[in-house]
Amino acid sequence: MTQDGTIFGRSGRRRLSNGAFVTVCALATGIALVVLAAILISLLRNGMGGLGLALFTQDTPPPGASGGLRNAILGSILLCGAAMILAILVGMLAGTWLAEYSRDGWYARAVRFINDVLLSAPSILIGLFVYVIAVRPLHGFSAFAGALALALIAAPIVTRATEDVLRLQPRALREAGVGLGTPYWVIVRRILWRAAAGGIVTGALLAFARISGETAPLLFTALNNQFFSVNLLRPIANLPVTIFNFALSPYPDWQHLAWAGALLIALTVLAINLVVRILTTRAKRP
Amino acid sequence: MSEASVSSPDQPLLHVRVRGQRVERAFQYACSAASLALFGATIGLCIMLAWGGWPSISRFGLAFFTSTVWNPVTDVYGGAGPIVGTLITSAVALALALPLAFCTAVFLVEFCPAILRRPIGIAVELLAGIPSIVYGMWGLFVFAPLFATYIEAPLMSWAPPGSVWERLFSGIPNGSGVLTASIILAIMILPYIAATLRELFLSVPVRVRESAYGMGCTPLEVVWSVTLPFVRRSAVGAVMLGLGRALGETMAVTFVIGNSHRLPRGLFDSGATISSVIANEFAEATSPMHMSALLELGFALFLITFVVLALARALLGHGDAR
Repeated sequence: MTQDGTIFGRSGRRRLSNGAFVTVCALATGIALVVLAAILISLLRNGMGGLGLALFTQDTPPPGASGGLRNAILGSILLCGAAMILAILVGMLAGTWLAEYSRDGWYARAVRFINDVLLSAPSILIGLFVYVIAVRPLHGFSAFAGALALALIAAPIVTRATEDVLRLQPRALREAGVGLGTPYWVIVRRILWRAAAGGIVTGALLAFARISGETAPLLFTALNNQFFSVNLLRPIANLPVTIFNFALSPYPDWQHLAWAGALLIALTVLAINLVVRILTTRAKRP
Repeated sequence: MSEASVSSPDQPLLHVRVRGQRVERAFQYACSAASLALFGATIGLCIMLAWGGWPSISRFGLAFFTSTVWNPVTDVYGGAGPIVGTLITSAVALALALPLAFCTAVFLVEFCPAILRRPIGIAVELLAGIPSIVYGMWGLFVFAPLFATYIEAPLMSWAPPGSVWERLFSGIPNGSGVLTASIILAIMILPYIAATLRELFLSVPVRVRESAYGMGCTPLEVVWSVTLPFVRRSAVGAVMLGLGRALGETMAVTFVIGNSHRLPRGLFDSGATISSVIANEFAEATSPMHMSALLELGFALFLITFVVLALARALLGHGDAR
């Protein structure tokens, strides 16, 4: 009974349970992939029809009319662009401070920890925060507030990437700079940032991918706009909120546009991630 | 300001001004100002939510957390419904996603044929980046109708009257509800947790795993007694990070939870989460008390996620998987 080799023996039991485990793991992977493929397929099927030239040349229509998403697409680009400028500025400086100047005291550790918390804080709370500090005092929703909210989401990502990649740079680089009598800020600018450029760009791209689909923080900062506008002090049309409103509307035209918009965002994010992947496999991951 | 790059021998070195010293200091200030800005933003986030919610906090006190009355007309608010809804949907989502994500990660690291390993790994990582609004839309238009017809209705007619099942499966079989929201959340955090766990498992030195195989361990035993203990701490951190995402997620939930402030009575019943309530009502809140109550809910969400995220970060440590 207890001899090895039979299914009742110790080795048989081990083999059986192992076989079951392998099967379960394969099944789980199968289920996960099927579900995720189902999402992509329905996204393609419902969104492909809307991906025409009109999508990029016409503004969002009133219910029942045909139209596109031009104002929303441009609005989103404007919002994300402004947010990224702010985020890269703050993120690179903060990351540089953490890696080069902080000396790892309690304050540096606190900043790092807080940055990590902000990195994964619920995005809707960032929207609320920006509403309280930038929308209420200025008496109105504005593109500026939306960009600020997105910047608050992107900045921690850039900070983290910058710090991580600067810490990877060899000490010899800094010593070489010091040995030439170079001021430290020039060392940072001309040597370290250059050596770390790949990693920082990767971080910035990932941050861009993250904020390009963020909806929650825009709901009550940038709001939305039926019309084309580039005024930073007025509500601005943007893709995510347009998708949200159109998807929940009872009009089929609007729902089709929402699908097309969702597909557009998903494709953008996938493309950015692929670019990042190509960048990082070529130059070793940061 | 004497700009001497070469100092005369009798000049004390301390007074030698190196070129660009002012810029140096300015640059350093700029860097620390940027880090202070991030620090201040997070602290400010917490303070502003508490400050904005203060009228509601002081008026309703602890009753806010036990009452489910949410009445903008009479201006009386209680947040128990959304708070409980947030906790339930996240817990159920984690319970659904964790086993699948764990098995997927193990499969990719241990069993997957070499040809499929990279494509599947990349697919999982790419899917972790898809914006949540896409998951929400899919939930609303594709999943909910199927779920109502093929899962909810049959289960409700099957449940024997008077049993636990009948209570569990009560609600309106229209596809939206607490369980639907949990499933969509689970699908959303699944690739995220799987990708993180996979990175962790790959970080286990090959030597350690191979020596276990060399002793005659089966893959199950290697995973269970070698790989898992090796990354235990970080793995718990990664899972908590996934939980943090589920707790704060807005778009994937708002589409499909049904939006009612009651305590959900069954898994198919409609409910609300903190973030879905804020997303639905904040832009249209008219009375100051309504807005304040929403901000207090936001403050509660901040505290909940802060605890979870702080634990996750402490377990993960800096420089580990994100």
